[in-house]
Amino acid sequence: MSKVNKLLHHWLSKSISEKAFAWLEQKQTQIYSGAAEKVFFTAFSAVPRYLGKEDLQLTFQDLEAAEDVIPGWYPGNWSVDQAGRTLLLLALPRDDAEAYVRVSFGEAAPTLDQVFSTADMGELVALYQSLPLLPHPELHRHRAAEGIRSNMSNVFQAIALRNPYPANYLDNAAWNQMVLKAVFVGSPLHLIWGLDQRANPELARMLANYAHERWAAKRSVTPELWRPVGRFADSTIITDLEKVLANGDTAEQQAAALACAESPLPQAQALLSCYPDLQSSIQQGNLTWNDFNRK
Amino acid sequence: MKKRTYTNSQCPMPNAQFPMPNAQCPMPNAQLLNHTMMFIDPHIHMCSRTTYDYLVMREYGIVAVIEPAFWLGQPRTNAGTFKDYFSSLVGWERFRASQFGIQHYCTIGLNPKEANNEALAAEVIELLPLYACKEGVVAIGEIGYDDMTEAEDKYFCQQLALAKELDMLVLIHTPHRNKKAGAIQSMERCIEYGLDPSQVIIDHNNEETVEEVLGRGFWAAFTIYPQTKMGNARMVEVVRKYGCNRIIVDSSADWGISDPLAVPKTAQLMLDRGIPEEHVRAVCYENALAAYSQTGQMKASDWLNPQSIDQRQMFNGNSVLRGQEPGIKSVSDFVLIE
Repeated sequence: MSKVNKLLHHWLSKSISEKAFAWLEQKQTQIYSGAAEKVFFTAFSAVPRYLGKEDLQLTFQDLEAAEDVIPGWYPGNWSVDQAGRTLLLLALPRDDAEAYVRVSFGEAAPTLDQVFSTADMGELVALYQSLPLLPHPELHRHRAAEGIRSNMSNVFQAIALRNPYPANYLDNAAWNQMVLKAVFVGSPLHLIWGLDQRANPELARMLANYAHERWAAKRSVTPELWRPVGRFADSTIITDLEKVLANGDTAEQQAAALACAESPLPQAQALLSCYPDLQSSIQQGNLTWNDFNRK
Repeated sequence: MKKRTYTNSQCPMPNAQFPMPNAQCPMPNAQLLNHTMMFIDPHIHMCSRTTYDYLVMREYGIVAVIEPAFWLGQPRTNAGTFKDYFSSLVGWERFRASQFGIQHYCTIGLNPKEANNEALAAEVIELLPLYACKEGVVAIGEIGYDDMTEAEDKYFCQQLALAKELDMLVLIHTPHRNKKAGAIQSMERCIEYGLDPSQVIIDHNNEETVEEVLGRGFWAAFTIYPQTKMGNARMVEVVRKYGCNRIIVDSSADWGISDPLAVPKTAQLMLDRGIPEEHVRAVCYENALAAYSQTGQMKASDWLNPQSIDQRQMFNGNSVLRGQEPGIKSVSDFVLIE
């Protein structure tokens, strides 16, 4: 049994009844031994009927164990049905790479594709949350990009937030769209795993343009928008930051100051030195992006 | 919120077929019935109805609906359109209802009429296991007979076998023509496939079928639908004669001239004509709940304590509200577009 399987099993055994657990194990065994598609489809849908939908009760140690197995995996907000569905996905035959391609994203007998395309909201959340745990994760890039286009905010969040899959596997275009959409729909950016590592000049330009759109409509922008911008700020963006430092509210000023501090441009450092209080807070470590993490 | 008045032309469903309960048409439920009653419409095709219908239905006390998969009027030509239809029943339609405080459930099945396109029917049968066990799917349905052809019988039986295999309820559509024979054959098939009558709801009954259905121990549902099905005055007499055991009232409202308020209006008429309130409550709420809650997919706490369900079930990013506030208290606060 894989480490992921072991953890999910252990957590579920603490959270659901013996009867429910026995049902799940039976279905896993059937699917693992190559049962008909129908067994997988009906069991995958029926998981909440047998397991319920309570939250998994995880300890700090449980979360650490998850992070040890797959950096960025955060099951802290998972429910028992989501964990159960993930175990069923992990029971699908996977040894034959060719067959796995077929079941994951092929055309002939696309089991997993069929599940995605007929899934209800609860199932979609479970599917997208489980992407970083599935074998051959590179095969799901297209599917992940599709999930980001969802108009269901909880489905979008299942892939964008607390999920290491996008940072590890998406190309820049899809990644940038995801970050921009997270800003657009008001998701907290600090929950995007790998945000700082995957910051890039194109994303910085897109975010600054978005800020301009908001300003033109006399709307505010989240201070977090500047987080992936600082390191890649050009002189146009420094002008934007200058404006935010002069006119923004406290949080916006702090964010603009942090962005300046992260910029290698002398122009940005000169701008920051005009705000000595903010500059020294940053230098002393009293002001960091963590201050913007919403409760 | 300030109260607004509006003219008759803005009333929903000005339908001479049904007694309008009050000249000031959509009034809050309590004033409509002089009772605070909750209703379930266990057979209504909401995908053919407007969001405004949801608003008025909720105001008249409808707390839950069941939308059986059925014919859309225009015959479907490939399985993909069935797939999208089933997806909308478990997805978008459920969300739209929830925005107006109505819990939405559905039944999944290949309807009798379209079973006659056999090449298509076979593909649709393959799709059913993908949907049958999803959350909020309360039965396999509506299945049964239309013309009573061999093809209809074949796919009906296949779906009964699936229901038995998955331990699910069945909702039966009885035919418009040759109804009595169709109802009897449907029940016999259900028994043949090992279903208990308590697991089967026979719908679209009339005075000619009710005795047989109740006598055999099945649930007997009645569709209050103009011209083709049951009338609400006739329904009052059915309840007077047969009592309230295992009888269920629904609207089957769809894309035809039909009334999404048929259940509360029939309840009103029953009360007006002297049917005891507990009988009205049974046929317009409790029996549907008792029948369909057998799946575990529908329970009163879903609407009595709704905050427990919605956290993971919101389509926040895409709303029917177009900038309006959800949870509008009354129709009269909504009809004026400012």
